[in-house]
Amino acid sequence: MTTLDIPVSAIGPDIDRPRGGALAALVRHSVALARRSLIKTVRTPEALIDVTLQPVIFLLLFTYLFGGAIAGGDRHAYLQFLLPGMLAQSLAMGGIALGQNLNADIQKGVFDRFRSLPVARSAPLVGAVAADVVRYLTVCVVMLAFGTVMGFRVETGFLPAVAAVALSIGFGLCFCWISVWVGMLVRTPGAVQGVMFLLVFPLSFGSNVFVATNTLPGWLQAFVHVNPITPLVGSIRGLLVGGPVAGHLVVTLAWMAGLLVVFVPLALRAYARRA
Amino acid sequence: MTDLVVRAEGLRKRFGKTQALDGVDLAMRRGTVLGVLGPNGAGKTTAVRVLATLLRPDAGTAEVAGIDVLRQPQRVRRRIGLTGQYASVDEDLTGTQNLVLIGQLLDLTTKDAKRRAAELLDWFDLSEAAGRPAKTYSGGMRRRLDLAASLVGHPEVIFLDEPTTGLDPAKREDMWGVVRTQVTQGASVLLTTQYLDEADALADEIVVINQGRVIAHDTPDGLKRRVGGLTLRVRPTDPARVPDAMRVLDKVAAPGTAASADGSAGSRPGAVSVPVIGDIALDDAVPALRQAGIEVTELGLHLPSLDEVFHALTETKTMEEALS
Ligand SMILES: Nc1ncnc2c1ncn2[C@@H]1O[C@H](COP(=O)(O)OP(=O)(O)OP(=O)(O)O)[C@@H](O)[C@H]1O
Ligand SMILES: [Mg+2]
Repeated sequence: MTTLDIPVSAIGPDIDRPRGGALAALVRHSVALARRSLIKTVRTPEALIDVTLQPVIFLLLFTYLFGGAIAGGDRHAYLQFLLPGMLAQSLAMGGIALGQNLNADIQKGVFDRFRSLPVARSAPLVGAVAADVVRYLTVCVVMLAFGTVMGFRVETGFLPAVAAVALSIGFGLCFCWISVWVGMLVRTPGAVQGVMFLLVFPLSFGSNVFVATNTLPGWLQAFVHVNPITPLVGSIRGLLVGGPVAGHLVVTLAWMAGLLVVFVPLALRAYARRA
Repeated sequence: MTDLVVRAEGLRKRFGKTQALDGVDLAMRRGTVLGVLGPNGAGKTTAVRVLATLLRPDAGTAEVAGIDVLRQPQRVRRRIGLTGQYASVDEDLTGTQNLVLIGQLLDLTTKDAKRRAAELLDWFDLSEAAGRPAKTYSGGMRRRLDLAASLVGHPEVIFLDEPTTGLDPAKREDMWGVVRTQVTQGASVLLTTQYLDEADALADEIVVINQGRVIAHDTPDGLKRRVGGLTLRVRPTDPARVPDAMRVLDKVAAPGTAASADGSAGSRPGAVSVPVIGDIALDDAVPALRQAGIEVTELGLHLPSLDEVFHALTETKTMEEALS
């Protein structure tokens, strides 16, 4: 600390207006903050276990341990049935880490810094969610690649498969706002995980991921039918291994819109309140 | 119009059963340093968080740089820099990445943000560590990065919450230099501290907070006058010379005061204390002691400790209350 002269520079003439207007500022700030999240992801690759190793282990476990019993010996047929469903499950689980990270950021005081800066109110959350695209893409690639090694085959074509991946990522981006909201509400990252498991486990197991719905008792079938994971699994299954898509897709998109409409405002409000 | 760059009136904030702020008034003149002094839990951090737009008070009003903190927080944020009590640097990001991110969030172009980051890292002696993740930094380095982060946008008003806690003495003085430089460049600095000497070294005015209330607002000198000010303490090698030392030191005593032998109020007996006006008293005391042939093992100036300040202030307060 020897040279004491700091060149005075660089803030624009009208310091009360964000450069390029409010929307441009939101995009710019969100991108900058998304970059921050990505740098953190690259620096701590072990944080990707839940979107790499964990789904692979689940896939192996269910295919080889339970698959024979569930599908009456035809493991290949079961893998074709299971993989699209497990993709949906992994996406729902993949959002949990986001809420935990945001909660930790708040605890550590990192967000205090952002909140003392003139950034758009939603930018820290939007940026963090946007960076999660990378994790969801990773889940899709890892599961499809590993599934292929295990014998899974896409039976439709390249474009439908791409559509399946896009839909999966899109759903992940909508679903993770629940985790963001919970991350703003509870005290510790551990609690975020606890609460989200309570939500995600019934949703992913009480669905058509592992077994056909018509094998279930009536009351459980009723739950499966109102479960947002069910139409998602239906859509992905249709897009990867064939079958009806349109009906499932409409319901899935409606759910995605619904999740955004409900949980984005809830998360933003909880964030604004959390001091 | 008075040029107050921070003005708060009647701030109140309650957390559960704790009344963290119980009607706090603050005023800081432009281009000055205001030291906010108080013991643990006094409400210093809470007050800073309210002023820095992080926390809404239950009651009261606050203006920073002439702008209402509650009504137009976003405009306030463009004019302030905050270094909180606990380091808020991002541990996974490098020093450069931390500062560039803040520059981008302040709407600098990426190029300007990078230039400003390099400038500040250099200034804070962090250039060598600029490319390393902040989690590899020592505590003092993090603290400096944190301080640098609050200066990225050339803020008009800087809030520093205990900026030197955890720094070694040399870095502490460096930090004082940083604060003074900011002021010469036109910024105003509000800093909290638990150290009286720090407030004394930096602040133009000092606010003392205790239990969510302002119990004094004065210049450092004014405050010292009220609480007894500087003390010169001398310990003769030969305890028998204490009375002689008292006679000698009476001559340098502040007007209306006299030297006294220590031994009561917890201090080790065998020393002589005398209230003095400033450190020039040393110039008179040392030759006088030598002339009288009194050898000493200890000779030094002491500021009243924070304890003593509180003691004195709360005592006068209860006296005032009793009288009124
Ligand atoms: N978020 C919070 N929830 C509950 N209590 C709080 C919260 N923040 C502060 N307090 C309480 O408010 C009081 C004032 O706290 P504050 O952090 O402002 O003190 P401080 O003067 O900064 O103390 P220190 O010197 O220890 O930093 C304390 O009793 C503290 O426990
Ligand atoms: Mg504090």
